[in-house]
Amino acid sequence: MSDNTLELTGVGFFRYLWRQLTSMRTALILLLLLGIGAIPGSIFPQRTQNPMKVREYFINNSDVAEWMDRLKLFDVYGSPWFSAIYLLLFISLIGCVLPRSWEHFKAIGAKPPLTPKNLNRLEFYRVVDCDSTTALANAETWLKKNRFRIRHNLNSISAEKGYARETGNLLFHLSLIVVLIGIGMSSVLGMRGEAIVNIGERFINTPTSYDNLAAGRFFKVENLNPFSLTLTNFKAEYDLGTNAPIDYTLTASVSDVVGGATTTKIVKVNSPLTFSSTRVYLQANGYSPLVTVRDKSNAVIFQGAVPFLPQDANLTSAGTIKIPDMEPQIGFVGSFIPTADRSASRGAFSSFPEALDPRLLLSVFQGDLGMDDGIPQSVYRLDTSKMERIGLKELAIGESYSFNDVGTITFDGYTPWVNLQIVRDPGKQYALVGSILAILGLLISLFTRRRRIWIKIGEVVEVAGLSKNNIEGLEKEIIDLTTWIKER
Amino acid sequence: MSSTSLAYLSNNLIYSSLFVFTITFFMHAIETAWSVRGDESATRTNVFDRSKTEKVARIATALMILGFLLLLAGVIVRGLSAHRVPWGNMYEFSITGALAFTGAYLAALKKFELRWLGLPISIAVLLVLGTAITLLYRPSAPLVPALKSTWLVVHVSAAIISGGVFLLANTIAATYLILDRMESRGGRNVWAKRLPTLEALDQLTYRLVAFVFPLWTFAVIAGAIWAESAWGRYWGWDPKETWAFITWVAYAAYLHARVTAGWKGKKAAWLCLFAGSTFLFNYVYVNVWGTGRHTYSGL
Ligand code: HEM
Repeated sequence: MSDNTLELTGVGFFRYLWRQLTSMRTALILLLLLGIGAIPGSIFPQRTQNPMKVREYFINNSDVAEWMDRLKLFDVYGSPWFSAIYLLLFISLIGCVLPRSWEHFKAIGAKPPLTPKNLNRLEFYRVVDCDSTTALANAETWLKKNRFRIRHNLNSISAEKGYARETGNLLFHLSLIVVLIGIGMSSVLGMRGEAIVNIGERFINTPTSYDNLAAGRFFKVENLNPFSLTLTNFKAEYDLGTNAPIDYTLTASVSDVVGGATTTKIVKVNSPLTFSSTRVYLQANGYSPLVTVRDKSNAVIFQGAVPFLPQDANLTSAGTIKIPDMEPQIGFVGSFIPTADRSASRGAFSSFPEALDPRLLLSVFQGDLGMDDGIPQSVYRLDTSKMERIGLKELAIGESYSFNDVGTITFDGYTPWVNLQIVRDPGKQYALVGSILAILGLLISLFTRRRRIWIKIGEVVEVAGLSKNNIEGLEKEIIDLTTWIKER
Repeated sequence: MSSTSLAYLSNNLIYSSLFVFTITFFMHAIETAWSVRGDESATRTNVFDRSKTEKVARIATALMILGFLLLLAGVIVRGLSAHRVPWGNMYEFSITGALAFTGAYLAALKKFELRWLGLPISIAVLLVLGTAITLLYRPSAPLVPALKSTWLVVHVSAAIISGGVFLLANTIAATYLILDRMESRGGRNVWAKRLPTLEALDQLTYRLVAFVFPLWTFAVIAGAIWAESAWGRYWGWDPKETWAFITWVAYAAYLHARVTAGWKGKKAAWLCLFAGSTFLFNYVYVNVWGTGRHTYSGL
């Protein structure tokens, strides 16, 4: 017996919790919490968007940054507490909207409620001075003409209109669930990666082609579409007055399967390439100087394009060239200047982003590149702690520089590179369809008024109305109806 | 015509509209003052001398329409001068925003008795246009590649119209709160007597929000579609996106509070003001001081 009561209270407790969670007040509070919870992410730098800024923040505010990091204030949108709000809202919505939808579905053919005893307690109560024998029939004509649902009672009629409000409202809330499902699918099944690819080179969609790749928990490598792209041309247009970019056009020869037939495609900033739920975006661009490095005996040790990273709006770019195969090892820290200019205060700088008069500035280092101790290094940075500088040179295309009788480097030219962002997002269609349905539901619900009208024949003819949600308009309808009855 | 002369023409049109709005402001001020005086002479009956004020009010409205048309022409010519939609920087957002705000008022004027709002509206438009011309002006220039999209047109136009209506709803909610305070302290001032009842203001705020909420939802979604095609993700919690979401949540809360929890009057008006201020915050703070992809370097 006592066990039984315990169990009952246990179940009762969960039922209580469930009711609380799925109440509209909880949903609203959760919704507001989601809004408030999103604020810190717009104020503090976020790792996913700007890791550099986060590092800076740590340096400038070292005492509080540690604590803020514990509260996940630099990863707000992926933090456990943000996800918890999101999940609870999701459950709350399901728990409250699904039962309501079922109720509404059952009520589709339902008749309006019976006429209340005391109509004079309602809004817009009126006594109509007319012939009581024809009043009901006349009222019915008017109500039918205005597409009210009608219920005949003894001596009275109940009428109701605007069920679509509830339908639209439920459609809206159900669509929100669909949107949330879509977002959830994107994050667990999706993948996004980036790769810098020189023009003239080929990108094959395998994990090793990426510079970085982030995938959802249930993403599998087999899900990568087997496409390949050969980048044939890239054209950037800039405004001659402001140097601002006007247009970027990438031409690629594309094949859906490795080794398959190719077609030529154009990629622009706002028009990515699409391979089912995977899309390829043109995200950034820069220059790769082409260099040849030869040793003392004039044998080619290295030849190729080395991507440099843009440092300013005029695409002054910085990078390194590492030659581990020379003895001692050689490293170059370089600056590529697309349109060379010079001023007393700034030294050499770029005055236009297009490569109109390119120069390559090189510092040559000799010593130990530190690549053998197994720690992966950035290809854009040279660890010069065990090296010494042995030369400094500015080169135009075609020029060579001999350093310290060890070797020569030749600046052969340049090729542009593009940063491709490749995103697989299997949830976005759901999010899109959900959003469209949500708007539709909103429109239906916000522009429909739900109201009831009763007309009753007793000693006098009485009319009254009830409008849900305090939305105006019923008064006019009641006046229309009563004049109609009177004039018949 | 060349781009530069079109840009000049646009500037002149916008200066002219500023001039016309200034006269509109004076007309509305005169109208307000007269109706107050008229009210004093007819205190008890609450009927004021309509004949004089009516004429001035009509002139004011006609001028408001003229200012709107001049501004509309200015915005269009600005777009022609840059060969694109005129929504590339904060100057252009502001002049278009002022256009949407006056447009929202004039459209609502056709449906509701709203002429009493003319004075605050003309002040607000003068402030927005004045700031745009003096602080935010930038020469007409082409758009960076990411902004070249049909979705820009759809997204920004929906957002700007929403902004105009949000501001209108906020003006009315603020009026509600001021009048409510006055009434609770023993009655309306003379100048406030001609304004609508509290109930009507409350209802009007709700109507405006209910009208604009789907539009704002649409603006946010269109932005997401555009972000998907330009940046490879439809939602990235960029500060601008975050605040657009917060605005959406705040107005959803307003509608809920109003429709399901039966909030009316003061509480609802405060909630509406709060929701509107998240929109303004997004526009001013995030554009100018925020970080993220939506900030317009050089405004
Ligand atoms: C437990 C969850 C929820 C319940 C039970 C609920 C219930 C309702 C109800 C009863 C209405 C009024 C319908 C009417 O009479 O016209 C409504 C309206 C509304 N709800 Fe919710 N809601 C929930 C969650 C949400 C959430 C998460 C949002 C997100 C934005 C939201 C947004 C709205 C909006 C904008 C309206 C006004 C538009 C309309 O009438 O359809 N609701 N909701």
